[in-house]
Amino acid sequence: MLFLIIKRILLGLITLFIVSLITFVGTEILPGDACTTYLERQAFGEQLEACYRRLGLNVPAYERYVSWAVNAIQGDFGYSLSGEMPIKEVLGPRIKNSLVLASAAIFIGIPIALILGIVTALWRDKLPDVAISTVTIFAMTIPEFISATLLILIIAIWLEWLPGIVIVPTDVSFFELLPNIILPVIAIAMIMTAHMARMVRSSVIQVMASEYVQMAILKGVPYWKMVFKHVLPNALLPAINVVALTIAWLLGGVVVTEVVFNYPGLGRLVIESISNRDLPTVQALAIILASIYVSINLLADLMTLMLNPRLKTLQIRK
Amino acid sequence: MTEIIQKVKNLSIGFKSKKGEEILILRNISTNIKKGETVGIVGESGSGKSTLALAMMGYVKHGLYTIGGECEFNSSNLLKMKNRDLEKIRGRKIAMIPQNAGQALTPNLKIGYQIDEALQLHSDLEEKEREQKISELLNKVRLPSPETIALRYPHELSGGQQQRVAVAMALAGTPDLLLLDEPTTGLDVTTQAHVLELLNFIAKDTGTSMVYVSHDLGAIAQVSDRIIVMYSGEIVLEGPSRDILKKPIHPYTYGLLKSIPKLSLAGLPQSMPGSQPQPGTMHRGCSFFDRCNFSEEKCKNNSPQLEYLEKLNTSVRCFNHKSLMNDSQVNQTVNKIKTSLQDKEILNLSEVSISYAKQKLLDQVLNRISDDNPTVKDININIKKGETIALVGESGSGKSTILKSIAGLLRTKGGIIKFDQKRNLSSDLKERDPNDLRIIQLIFQNPDESLNPNHTVEEIIAQPLKLYFGLKGEELKKNIIDLLQKVRLGEFYMSRYPRQLSGGEKQRVAVARAFAAKPDIILCDEVTSALDVSVQAAVLNLLQQLKEDFGTTYIFVSHDLAVVRAISDRVAVLYQGRLCEVGPSKDVYQFPSHPYTEVLLGAVLEPDPDIKPKLVAEDIVEEKPPQKGCSFQGRCSRILGDICKNEVPPWQITSSGNSIRCHIPLKELQKVQIN
Repeated sequence: MLFLIIKRILLGLITLFIVSLITFVGTEILPGDACTTYLERQAFGEQLEACYRRLGLNVPAYERYVSWAVNAIQGDFGYSLSGEMPIKEVLGPRIKNSLVLASAAIFIGIPIALILGIVTALWRDKLPDVAISTVTIFAMTIPEFISATLLILIIAIWLEWLPGIVIVPTDVSFFELLPNIILPVIAIAMIMTAHMARMVRSSVIQVMASEYVQMAILKGVPYWKMVFKHVLPNALLPAINVVALTIAWLLGGVVVTEVVFNYPGLGRLVIESISNRDLPTVQALAIILASIYVSINLLADLMTLMLNPRLKTLQIRK
Repeated sequence: MTEIIQKVKNLSIGFKSKKGEEILILRNISTNIKKGETVGIVGESGSGKSTLALAMMGYVKHGLYTIGGECEFNSSNLLKMKNRDLEKIRGRKIAMIPQNAGQALTPNLKIGYQIDEALQLHSDLEEKEREQKISELLNKVRLPSPETIALRYPHELSGGQQQRVAVAMALAGTPDLLLLDEPTTGLDVTTQAHVLELLNFIAKDTGTSMVYVSHDLGAIAQVSDRIIVMYSGEIVLEGPSRDILKKPIHPYTYGLLKSIPKLSLAGLPQSMPGSQPQPGTMHRGCSFFDRCNFSEEKCKNNSPQLEYLEKLNTSVRCFNHKSLMNDSQVNQTVNKIKTSLQDKEILNLSEVSISYAKQKLLDQVLNRISDDNPTVKDININIKKGETIALVGESGSGKSTILKSIAGLLRTKGGIIKFDQKRNLSSDLKERDPNDLRIIQLIFQNPDESLNPNHTVEEIIAQPLKLYFGLKGEELKKNIIDLLQKVRLGEFYMSRYPRQLSGGEKQRVAVARAFAAKPDIILCDEVTSALDVSVQAAVLNLLQQLKEDFGTTYIFVSHDLAVVRAISDRVAVLYQGRLCEVGPSKDVYQFPSHPYTEVLLGAVLEPDPDIKPKLVAEDIVEEKPPQKGCSFQGRCSRILGDICKNEVPPWQITSSGNSIRCHIPLKELQKVQIN
C-alpha cells in the first residue's frame, strides 16, 4: 500500500516535470520573447541586448530551464512582465479567489448532485425522475455563457438583488467578496451538478439492477436499509473519480464564467497573460494547474483504493 | 396427508410488448409444495422456471407483472402483499439461494455482516448469540475456520465457498421453504457434487422444503423427490422423480433425457430438432408440436390439458401419453462415432510450459520468461491427424491456457509446439504467417461474445474466406451458402444478425466461420457448455459429421466428462497445469485411473436417481501448483507420503495404452478403486 502511494507520487512528479518541459520548450519555440514583447518597437540593437542581459535571457536555454525549475520548486516563478511584479504575488490572491469560488460551488453542488442522482434513480421513470431529469438535461445543455448572461440580466439588472459583475480589487477580503460570488457559483454549479447527478443516477440504477440487490430484497432487507447498506456504497465509488475531475476543473479556473462575471480568478489570469504574451506567468500557471490536476487525481485514486475492499486486499496481497 | 406450504394457483406472469400485446412467460401454472419435500423444476432456458421460483417469494422482476393467479403461502397471496409484509416473509419463512453467489453477495460487505444482517432481521438473538450463530451456520455449510471466513469479503472466497456462504445466509432465518435457482450451475463438477450433497444433508437435517430450479437433469435427479418439467411457460409433466427420469411419459422429457450424454455410454446422444418457441409466438395447438416425434394431426390445432393420472400420481400434458407409457424406457440409442484417425502426426507438444507471471523489466529486455513454477508445465502430447483429443479438468487446470498457446494467443515459456512435423509454432501470433493462422481455428464457449453483433451472418463467414482465400463476388457468396448448408442453416440466414439467432444457431455460425478457413485443427473451448442439452447434442453431432467430412482434428476442452466421453478418441486429464493421465477415452473411463480422474469421474451427475456421485476428495481450491512433487498431492486421498510431496511421479502405462502419472503401482490403484 505504502509502496503504491510512493509509486503514484513519483509518477505524478514525472508528469509535472514533463509538463514543465513542454511549456518551457513551447514558449521557446514561439516567435518573439519577453524582451521583444516588452520593448515592442524599440526591440533592436543595444536596448534589446540590455534587456536580454537584465532578464538573463542571454544564456543557453537549458541553463535557463534549470535555474527556472530550481526557483519554481522553491515557489519563485520570477517576474511577471506586464506589471513587473513577482509572479508569486500575482498568483496568490488569484488562487485564493478561485479557491473560494470552487469550494462554494463544490459545497453546494456535490450534495445537491448526490441527492438528485439518488432520488432520480430510486424513483426511476416516475414523476420525480422525469421532472428532475428534464431539468438536468437543460442545465447541462445550456452553455454557461448563456446561463451566466441570463442570470446577470434577471437577478442583477431586472431584480437588482445582487451585483452583476465583480468590480472589486483582486485582493479583497473574503467577506467583501461573498455577495459577488453568488451568481458565478450558481452558473457553475448548474452545469456541474447536472453532469454529476446524471452520472450518479446511472450508477445507482446499475447497482439497483444487480443480483446482490435482488438478493438483499429476497433476504427481506427493508428498502431504506438496502439502499444505504447495499446500494449506495457500491454505486458511489465510481463517482469519486468524476467528482475529483470536476474539482480539478473548478480549481483550474472556469474561464468562461470568470470572464463573463469579470471574476478575478485563475481562469481569467490565464486569458490575460496569454493575450499580454506574459510568458513567465503562462509558464507558472501551466505548472500550477498541472499540479492541481495531478494531486487531486492522486487523492481520488487513493480514496477509491481505501474504500473499495476489492482493490485494497488485492494490493495488500501483492 | 402432508401439509401444503406453498400453493401456486393458475399463475400467469408476462409483460406488455411494444405493440401492447400481453406476452406470457408463465401460463396458468398450478402446483403445490408440500412440507419437507424437494421439488425439482427443470426446463431449458426461457421455459419460465426462474420466474416461477421468484414468484413463489412474491417477487416479480422489473418489467414483468402478474396477469392472473396467486402464490399462496400461509393462506395469503404473496403476489398481492405489501412490501412491508413481504419483508417479514422473505428470508424468514421463504429463503432464496441464488444462481451465482459471486454476484449475489454485496461486494462491499463482509461475509459475517451479510449473515448477521439476516439474523438481525429474522431472529431475536442478542449480539453475542448472533456471533456464535454465524460460526454455527458457517460450520454447518462446512466452511473451514468460520471465524476467519466471517471477516472476509465475498471476492476473497472461491466460487464453491461463496455458494456455501449463500446457503448459510439462507439458513440464517430458519425458513420453511428454500428456493434454489440453479445453485450449482457455475461450479466445477467436484464442487457441484459437494454442494448438492450438502443440500441433501440440510434438507434431511432441517426438514425444510426445497424448490430446486435447474436446467441440469443430473443435478435435479440427485436432490428431488418430485419433478416438474416446464416447457414454454407451461408445466408439461409433473410427478415422482424416479418415474419421470426412468419412464418419462411426455415426449419432451423423453427427448431431453435422450439428448444427455452418459458416462456409461460412448457415442453421441440423439438430438432433439428445433428449439423452444419464443414467448408470444401464437400457437393454437401443443407448444411442443414442432419438435415432437409422436405428434398427430390433432396436436396441431388443439392444445392438450394437464391430465392427472391417479395410478402414477403424475400429471402430463400430452394426448399421446398412453402410447409413450408402454414403451418409454429411455433406451438410449447413440450414434457411434467413427474414428477417422490417421497415422500421421499433425501437432506435437513437447515439454511445453506456459507462465502468466508478470515479467520483470530485465526479462522483458532480454525477451525471456522466468518463472520457476509456471502455470502449465511438462506437457507432452502427440496429436494425430483426424483425432479428437479432449483436455479435461476443473477450472484452473490449465486446459484453456494450453489452447491459447496452440492458437498463438499466449507465448510459451518453454518447449516446442510443432505442426505437421515441420512448422514450429512455439512463438506467439506476431511471428506466425497467414497460413499458420489459417490451419488452426478456434470456436469459443460463448457465441454471444465471439460473434460481432454488428455483422450479419454473411459478413461473419465471409471474413475468413476473404482473408485466407481472397474470394470475391459470386464465388464468395456460393462458398458462404455452402458453409451454411454444412452447418444446417438455410440461405436466408445470411442477412441475419447474431441477436436474431438462438443460442444453437449462433454456435453453428461460429462453427461455420471456423470451417471457412479450411483448417487442419479446430480448437473447441467448452463449445457446448453455454447451450441447452437438446441443442448441445445437436452441435456435438454436427461437429462429428463435419469432422468425418473434412478429416479435421479437434482439440476439445471441456469440464463435462460425459460430453468428452461422447465425442473424443483420446482424453488428457489435467490438474494444476500438469498432465495426470492420457489415454484412449474408453480406457480413461475405466479403472485403474489417476486418483484425480477418479475424483472427476465420481463427481459426474447422471440423470438417474440410482447413480449417486462418489465424493473421493475434498473440494479445496488450490491457488498455485506445488513447487515439487505430484501436482495433485494437496487433494489426493490416496497419498503415499513424502514420495508424493518430493518427487514428480513417473508415467505408468497400462496394458491398453493408457498413461497414468502416479507413484502408486497400477495394480494397487485398480484394487482400491474398484472397491
